[in-house]
Amino acid sequence: MSTPQIDLHKAHERALVQWQRALLVADFLASSPAALHGVSIRAGAGPVRDAWLAHFTARIQHRRGHAPKLHRMPLNASDDRLLGGLDLVATLAMGRPVAEAGLLARAHGGVLLATMAERMTASTSSRLSAAMDAGRVQFARDGLQGQDDARFVLIAFDEGAADDERPPAALLDRLAFRLDLRGISPRIVGAFDAPTTETVIDVDDTHALLDATIADEQIAALCNVALAFGITSLRAAQLAVAAARTSARVFGRDQVSEEDITMAAELVLAPQAQSLPNSRPQPDDTEPAAERPEGDAAAEDASRPDNESQPEPGPQDTAPAEEKKANDEPPKVTPKDELESMEDRVLDAAQAAIPADLLAQLHAAMSPASAAQGQRSGGSAGRQQLSNLRGRPLASRRGDPKSGARLDVLATLRAAAPWQTIRRAERARAQIAPTAKLPPILIGRDDWHVSRRAHRSETLTLFAVDASGSAALHRLAEAKGAAELLLAECYVRRDQVAVVSFRGKVAKTLLAPTRSLVRAKRSLASLPGGGGTPLAAGIDMAFLVADAAQRRGMTPTLVFLTDGRANIARDGTPGRPQAAADALAAAKRLRSGGFNVLMIDTSPEPQQAAKALADAMRGRYLGLPYAGAHAISAAVLAQTQALR
Amino acid sequence: MSSPFPFSAIVAQEPMKLAMLIAAVDPSVGGVLVLGDRGTGKSTAVRALAALLPKMRATVGCKYGCDPGSISAMCAECATLKASGATLKSHQIPVPVVDLPLGATEDRVVGALDLESALARGVKTFEPGLLAKANRGFLYIDEVNLLEDHLVDLLIDVAASGENVVEREGLSVRHPAKFVLIGSGNPEEGELRPQLLDRFGLSVNVTTPKNIEERVAVIKRRDQFERDAEAFTATWKRAEDKLRKQISSARERVKTVNVTDAALTRAAQICMALGTDGLRGELTLIRAARSLAALENVATVGDDQLRRVAPMALAHRLRRDPLDDAGSALRVERALAEIFADTASTPT
Repeated sequence: MSTPQIDLHKAHERALVQWQRALLVADFLASSPAALHGVSIRAGAGPVRDAWLAHFTARIQHRRGHAPKLHRMPLNASDDRLLGGLDLVATLAMGRPVAEAGLLARAHGGVLLATMAERMTASTSSRLSAAMDAGRVQFARDGLQGQDDARFVLIAFDEGAADDERPPAALLDRLAFRLDLRGISPRIVGAFDAPTTETVIDVDDTHALLDATIADEQIAALCNVALAFGITSLRAAQLAVAAARTSARVFGRDQVSEEDITMAAELVLAPQAQSLPNSRPQPDDTEPAAERPEGDAAAEDASRPDNESQPEPGPQDTAPAEEKKANDEPPKVTPKDELESMEDRVLDAAQAAIPADLLAQLHAAMSPASAAQGQRSGGSAGRQQLSNLRGRPLASRRGDPKSGARLDVLATLRAAAPWQTIRRAERARAQIAPTAKLPPILIGRDDWHVSRRAHRSETLTLFAVDASGSAALHRLAEAKGAAELLLAECYVRRDQVAVVSFRGKVAKTLLAPTRSLVRAKRSLASLPGGGGTPLAAGIDMAFLVADAAQRRGMTPTLVFLTDGRANIARDGTPGRPQAAADALAAAKRLRSGGFNVLMIDTSPEPQQAAKALADAMRGRYLGLPYAGAHAISAAVLAQTQALR
Repeated sequence: MSSPFPFSAIVAQEPMKLAMLIAAVDPSVGGVLVLGDRGTGKSTAVRALAALLPKMRATVGCKYGCDPGSISAMCAECATLKASGATLKSHQIPVPVVDLPLGATEDRVVGALDLESALARGVKTFEPGLLAKANRGFLYIDEVNLLEDHLVDLLIDVAASGENVVEREGLSVRHPAKFVLIGSGNPEEGELRPQLLDRFGLSVNVTTPKNIEERVAVIKRRDQFERDAEAFTATWKRAEDKLRKQISSARERVKTVNVTDAALTRAAQICMALGTDGLRGELTLIRAARSLAALENVATVGDDQLRRVAPMALAHRLRRDPLDDAGSALRVERALAEIFADTASTPT
């Protein structure tokens, strides 16, 4: 996408527009926080982000007369902090269980700041989402049960660098806005802040921000635009409607105008675009309406991490017959030219608002040549799977918290509780300091319980598949089969699988670490084969994926399916000696990771090269010239089980 | 708590609504699992269902909401009372729909020692958990695929036996915990354990509506509801009442719906063609078809009912073949098409 000759002036202008938009978002969000829920901001920590936040809090202060309370949410806070739990000090002092509100409840009426949101786990995001959906947080833990109001604005700071480092999709789906402040320099911020707030926005009416009237055609237009952008989630359209209403009020209108619709499309829908509108097939009466958006989605499905799941082939058929009939009718029941033209104008404006890099991604994903490349950004599902890494809590047991174990207060209290009356009576009888005040709870050493957790780190089985040459297709099919068999096995064990393939000049991550069969099947469906053997690149890529997984707390097992005969060097040039040397170097580097490695030699006769590589990686060597999917998966299972 | 979105106002999503109504009419069908995209109104439908259900009779003061009419399903306390000849006072209560919140701890789910009375009075009493609350009602688990393993184990056990056995902290309690399990989740975010999958009687896949009129209708209704929930609920009250009546009368009818041998044979044929494990599939299929017949006031279970409930009753029971790319719903459809091909030509 990058042209070396960047027009500086243009870039500056674009940044200005971007910043203006960001300020508008702050205004909208400050105006109707309850309906818009929040924003995800992609930017590193720095003056620009701080300036935006300052602007946002200033707007809230302007509306409510006081600055909002900012609650910082630590990355993946534990449940007792997030949802609430037992207040130990108060419980012991009062002699009865006392609840302590969690972060979500405390953020009620304020702003919740989630930093490093791109690393948030699925479990944290699902707790956040549940609270945002219900406007309150429900808890049933530590002997307490109840619910607290929890309506807050969520500002998710997304500090991800790579494309696949994004906040969890379930969370993004609930936020009205996404901002990208990366291209904005602090100078622009300094130059632009003051005038924008004073001139563009001038509202005093903070009441009933959502009661601006909106016409049915306008709602339809927003829905259409959302579809044109390939956004299937209905929340997006709903949020866009709320944003249009807010816009009308912010600009002092009672009725939503076309400008507001455009604004909503620009701010809410465009940043979520999954496909470009011009790729939308023209409304065609010969084609059932139900099929159209799927075409769009299919082109995109593979490449977007926050995409909606590909519709199962089934549901269309399971729908009752009468519904099907309805779908078959021509989609346009209101062929009003005016509506159409409004839609087009809105669409054009919104399209212009799509961030430049997103546009490039969309274009790239659209071109058939790179269709297979798209999977690399499908990684977030793997990351989301980490929810049970915290380990399964076991029943607490009697013990001393001296050895670093954590005292389980609740279990300790539970153990002590039934004995209280008896102990008091005993003390009274023994006349131990009868005048001294007895503590509210008499706890003895015997009562102490320490918590235990069974922490089993997840395993990741990574297949690095040599897809070069003529036998590639065959081998790939085996690897694919083995991956899926293992995945089926993984249901129970909750392990993950990833696939890296290398051919031609490069290595690719075909399937980022995942446990989802749905995703795996989709990713593995198209495996290209043929070309040279860039073994070094393949090993490097496998190392990267395995290393990343290890840093997330998984235990990776690497399975190489290759004949070990490299012929493409690390820099992409052909030549056997250099390629072999590079591969060996890569293998040695891999050893430093300390992974569990299995090298399956797929050549018809066992190769010295593959054996040498296995040794360099300190891995196990296995000659399986005609390994089928079942044989491979059995070998891998044996290998991983030996580890346990 | 604000009133939930009315059930009858939910646009499209017919299979999901139907599955929930079927389970509401005959709880023995088993739970309902709703899998699908984000933002398709899964949670909305469950909360709406809670408001829709007709009230039920329960014993006054019973922690488990025992039915005063049925001794077999009573908790120990009520049963002893009843056996001693006392008449149990009863009252009408709404059917419990209990949320299993994310991050719930085991002690709150199964119940545990009541800390307060233990601390204050030194008395050992059992404080019932969510499973007790859900007795005779619904237990709703959002994001069921993200549920922690130890809770899954627990649920699998209780859902199968209908009884919660607590052995902890010197307490030994067993109480009835018959509930309809309703789970929802997005399969993209994680797979479900097969054992838990099996506990759900029906499973439906939901997708976002693909045609524009439906989408606009969803947004419009949602928008109206959000701006003035009361007025919106009032507009839909009539439809809700009608549906509620339909459920209550279907509940009475369901016992009298005729299941012929022909229908049983047909169900067996379907299950054999699909190779479902065990008899649970057939049982669920028959029960669901019977419940559907009762809902639609049809006296006898016929092919029509079987055919309509077969996908939701069986799709998740097929033995998974990871190497088969065809979706299980598709396989069910294919099998149905084959089986019903011969009857299609004969006039009914």
